[in-house]
Amino acid sequence: MKRVVVTGLGMVSPLANGVGATWERLIAGQTGIGPITRCDVSDMSARVAGEVPRGDGSDHTFNADLVMPPKEQRRVDDFILFALAAADEALKDADWIEPGEEACLRTGVMIGAGIGGLRAIQDSAITLHEKGPRRVSPHFIPSALINLASGQVQIRYGFKGPNHAAVTACSTGAHALGDAARMIMLGDADVMVAGGAEGAICRLGIAGFAQAKALSTRYNDTPEKASRPYDSGRDGFVMGEGAGIAVLESLEHAQARGAKIYAELVGYGMSGDAYHVTAPEPTGDGGYRSMQAALRSSGLTVEDIDYVNAHGTSTPLGDEIELGAVKRLFGDAVDRLCMSSTKSAIGHLLGAAGAVESIFCIKAIENGIVPPTLNLDNPSEQCQGVDLVPHKAKEKTVNAALTNSFGFGGTNASLIFKRFEG
Amino acid sequence: MSDISDRVKKIVIEHLGVEDAKVTEEASFIDDLGADSLDTVELVMAFEEEFGIEIPDDAAEKIQTVKDAISYIQENAS
Repeated sequence: MKRVVVTGLGMVSPLANGVGATWERLIAGQTGIGPITRCDVSDMSARVAGEVPRGDGSDHTFNADLVMPPKEQRRVDDFILFALAAADEALKDADWIEPGEEACLRTGVMIGAGIGGLRAIQDSAITLHEKGPRRVSPHFIPSALINLASGQVQIRYGFKGPNHAAVTACSTGAHALGDAARMIMLGDADVMVAGGAEGAICRLGIAGFAQAKALSTRYNDTPEKASRPYDSGRDGFVMGEGAGIAVLESLEHAQARGAKIYAELVGYGMSGDAYHVTAPEPTGDGGYRSMQAALRSSGLTVEDIDYVNAHGTSTPLGDEIELGAVKRLFGDAVDRLCMSSTKSAIGHLLGAAGAVESIFCIKAIENGIVPPTLNLDNPSEQCQGVDLVPHKAKEKTVNAALTNSFGFGGTNASLIFKRFEG
Repeated sequence: MSDISDRVKKIVIEHLGVEDAKVTEEASFIDDLGADSLDTVELVMAFEEEFGIEIPDDAAEKIQTVKDAISYIQENAS
């Protein structure tokens, strides 16, 4: 099978628009989490989120008008706008804009989302209820469909290879990258624009996750403290939004065109819990098997893994279960491992999380620095014995990094990225 | 009647984001003004709201130019 490398990166995150600015702020220990401003949440128990900073585009703010003319924006919900922006950054980074007709036939897109256009669904349901079926917008369905992120990117850039989308809740981004890599390995495409996008911060999204008792509710007055993976004061995840997109490419294709290679995607593992729709399986066996499968496919051993970007959502149960699975898998090798949850800074980007966090792994390899777990003041009893990189980023040579994503429905995915060494 | 014409043209300009000068009575929404099939549905919805009428689907399908819209509304608006 063909080897797959990463040749372009793009991101819209609660810290910034763009990979570079997000990474700088992440490493500086800044937070992207604040009070929810996108919708009225005064009657909700959870009132904090990681919203993408909107603005005129200066200071790395996200300006939707630079992505799509204002008149056109009614055709797409936020997750598609984020996907388009991140895809543009990634494609320019990879120098893969207008590569030619033949190359477009061999370029596919695989951008997933956990929920898709939830705000459009919410607003259209209200319109249907209040004004009747003839007032529902004809743009509603294509603005909300998850695979329209891939569809819109293909239309914009003329890519005519596989047009696909992963939908596995919070594992979406990782599955999208892993599945896209497999398509390249099997020869379905030479290049895949892959990742995840999410924009579900709306009343329906917040209410739904809050009712599932998944969200943090104790830190509404101190939002920057709300996402605190492994800390004894953690009480649920904080919703985030944004997109992470990587340009994946077969090694031979990347080398033939002299592309800059960030890293090699060497490992991909998947598993299921077969346990409960929202609760994590208590023994962590699903996560364990997912990581184990990724390791197996990579040909690496636990001693080779320098950094784990954890799923670590800041929920009371999930963090400990994942950490237990990491300890079980790594054994003594856990002593030399750094593991952090960047959700402490940006919240949980749901379907975009696995892609955004993969990019953080790649940046850690590139820069020799691992991002911190913010707010980790007092690790809970079960969260000891591993370097969780509290508060401050840490310099460390990272040759290989693993990222975990676990989703509702008991769906687990792990990816391993490795420094490219020819 | 010019009032109806102006109001129709204003809606077309706003919804399709096209220059005023392009919105002549002969202009076809799809061929001349860059609309797609979804846009034409949205335009009909906007006409219905603006003029307080209901345009049945079979009539809506026949509204392909600015003039078609103006004529239909002139005949059917109270």
